[in-house]
Amino acid sequence: MGGLAALFRRNAVFLGVIFTGAFATELAFETTANSIWDQINRGRQWKDIKHRYMESEDE
Amino acid sequence: MLARATLRAAGAAKTGVTGLAKRNASTSSSSEAAAAWKNNALLASSTAFAIGSVAWYYYQFGRQPYAMTPQEEGLHATRYPWEHEKLYKTFDHAALRRGFQVYREVCSSCHSLSRIPYRSLVGTMMTVNEAKTLAEENEYDTEPNDEGEIEKRPGKLSDYIPSPYKNDEAARAANNGALPPDLSLMVKARHGGCNYIFSLLTGYPEEPPAGAVVQSGLNFNPYFPGTGIAMARVLYDGLVEYEDGTTATTSQMAKDVVEFLNWSAEPEMDQRKRMGWKVMAIGGVLFALSVWVKRHRWANIKSRRMLYQDPSIGSTPAAKQPGSTFRR
Repeated sequence: MGGLAALFRRNAVFLGVIFTGAFATELAFETTANSIWDQINRGRQWKDIKHRYMESEDE
Repeated sequence: MLARATLRAAGAAKTGVTGLAKRNASTSSSSEAAAAWKNNALLASSTAFAIGSVAWYYYQFGRQPYAMTPQEEGLHATRYPWEHEKLYKTFDHAALRRGFQVYREVCSSCHSLSRIPYRSLVGTMMTVNEAKTLAEENEYDTEPNDEGEIEKRPGKLSDYIPSPYKNDEAARAANNGALPPDLSLMVKARHGGCNYIFSLLTGYPEEPPAGAVVQSGLNFNPYFPGTGIAMARVLYDGLVEYEDGTTATTSQMAKDVVEFLNWSAEPEMDQRKRMGWKVMAIGGVLFALSVWVKRHRWANIKSRRMLYQDPSIGSTPAAKQPGSTFRR
């Protein structure tokens, strides 16, 4: 009971946990989803083939 | 019941004033048989009429209208397994780059691509410097200068790919009266999309089949509605030289240029599919959650048992009067 009770005791702590939790979940989900997508489409996207054309340039 | 009552009323009306003196028609056994026969006939005829009118309406308006002959409709395009049309696949950007090369070297002599600016090529199939170099090969009108003259300037990334003709009339005049359509949205604009364009590009026979009438100035292509197309076959093996070493066969070039034209019609496709899968994932989790919450909330209601104990039988005192609440 200790952990959850401490979470709900102070509203500021509760809100803070929700906000940081949402931020972290968003970040984790986006990173995972994008990496899966890039894995499925490996070799098809521009970022996979642009090294062939960028070598001689500065950018 | 209603039909029977109606029939009875009609029978009573027919017998007229004399019928009033008689017994009720429905109680007499001989007129009962006659009423049943009439009833059946009425039901059967109205059913037949309903079926007949539906059939007639379908015959008149329900059928698919084929106003044109199969030749005028054009041959249906073969369905090919396009990789980029799968729900989880992006465009193959190497193919887009090759397709753009085919467009530039072959198609662009007649067909415009007026909705594609150079900037959209950057990060899709070209680097910034390549796109800038390409844009600078063409001249565009400037703003009017101090004397009101409009001068020419080299193209910038924000400029759109120039059209081969000044306007549609010039295009018609140069092409024997036929207007080469703009290709920006062609994949969306034609029935069959990618399959149609690929079939059209690769579907020119060596010579028109026996009996086919081809007007002068037109070419035979079975996939083109009407089969007479002003564009001649343009793609031949080895027509362009790909920089990535891909062998430029007719079908390879057609496939690449079709994928490029699909990109020009739907440049947002990669992003759309990626976002779509994220929506499906989040939406799936939320849906499962809502199902769980519903079951949780209903658990009490669904698992409860309601008992009724007659207050007059039990050991508990009976309710004082009807309607008064009984509580244990």
